[in-house]
Amino acid sequence: MDQPGNWVLLAYRMPREPSAPRIAVWRKLERLGVARLGDGLVGLPADARTREQVDWIAEEITAGGGSATVWLATPGSLAQERAIAEQMQAARRAEYEMIIVQARAAEGARAGERSRVANRLRAELRRVERRDFFPPAERDAAHQAVRALSAPPEAAGDGARAGEAGDGATAALIQDAEGAGAPEGRAR
Amino acid sequence: MRWATRAGVHIDRAACAWLIRRHLDPEATFVFVDDPAQVPADATPFDMRGVELSHHGADCSFETILRTYDLTDPVLWKIAEIVHEADIEDERYEAPEAPGLDVVLRGLSMTCDDDRVLEVSGPLFDGLYEYYRRAFLLGRPPA
Repeated sequence: MDQPGNWVLLAYRMPREPSAPRIAVWRKLERLGVARLGDGLVGLPADARTREQVDWIAEEITAGGGSATVWLATPGSLAQERAIAEQMQAARRAEYEMIIVQARAAEGARAGERSRVANRLRAELRRVERRDFFPPAERDAAHQAVRALSAPPEAAGDGARAGEAGDGATAALIQDAEGAGAPEGRAR
Repeated sequence: MRWATRAGVHIDRAACAWLIRRHLDPEATFVFVDDPAQVPADATPFDMRGVELSHHGADCSFETILRTYDLTDPVLWKIAEIVHEADIEDERYEAPEAPGLDVVLRGLSMTCDDDRVLEVSGPLFDGLYEYYRRAFLLGRPPA
């Protein structure tokens, strides 16, 4: 990529009080994974979804007594775009790392607890991926950690099926096999 | 009657167009515009910033249309939950169908023009309606 891409920017102001609409908007922007470019200025790489979502937030700001304008823009240089992308990537990396830490922490738990944690983390992973525009390497690691947590312990002994599933899946199964060697696995 | 919405139709607009044709105006024709200023004078705009039939509060446009026209059919409200989650993704409703439907509509809008997206998605919403109508009557998933 040697040309900076298209971004959608939202410039906005909201009254300090009441605080509820301001907080609601802040949460929605966080959920979208925006880059904070300045006071009341946020940006996202432009695509059909981000443009639409930003439009609706602008509408909500206006309805909440604030003012908002939506812009389509190109960063003035590749270096600037890269710097912003790196900040956004670092924020997602931290979120993936949280998921990995929680998945590892649940590895030794009982089967029921493991699958509860796996379900929760899978939903969280989906949320994070939805706002991940510059995926860091930790994304795959997070997927693997959650997959390892949710794979059934029986898969541990099934070498043939593990072999068919491709390298990434195999690694996860092997990892799970090792995990399943722990108390739960032996109790069976 | 003429109805207008933003070009590059996605889930909420496709669902609204289906709703309008099936439940409000069988003769409906749709125009797609890039800018609110291009809405023809005789057309009713929907799912655009600043118009009545659009997002309001926590509602997506499909929900707004149901409210505005007093459509109380519980099957339509069930579909509204799916459309809401596919469109806004705020986890207000439990709608596991939503991510799949979102992807299907996103893909359609990459390969078809807006008229074609409405043409193709119409039977999809008819099917969803029938599925949830039966589910509602049976009190469980019909299949």
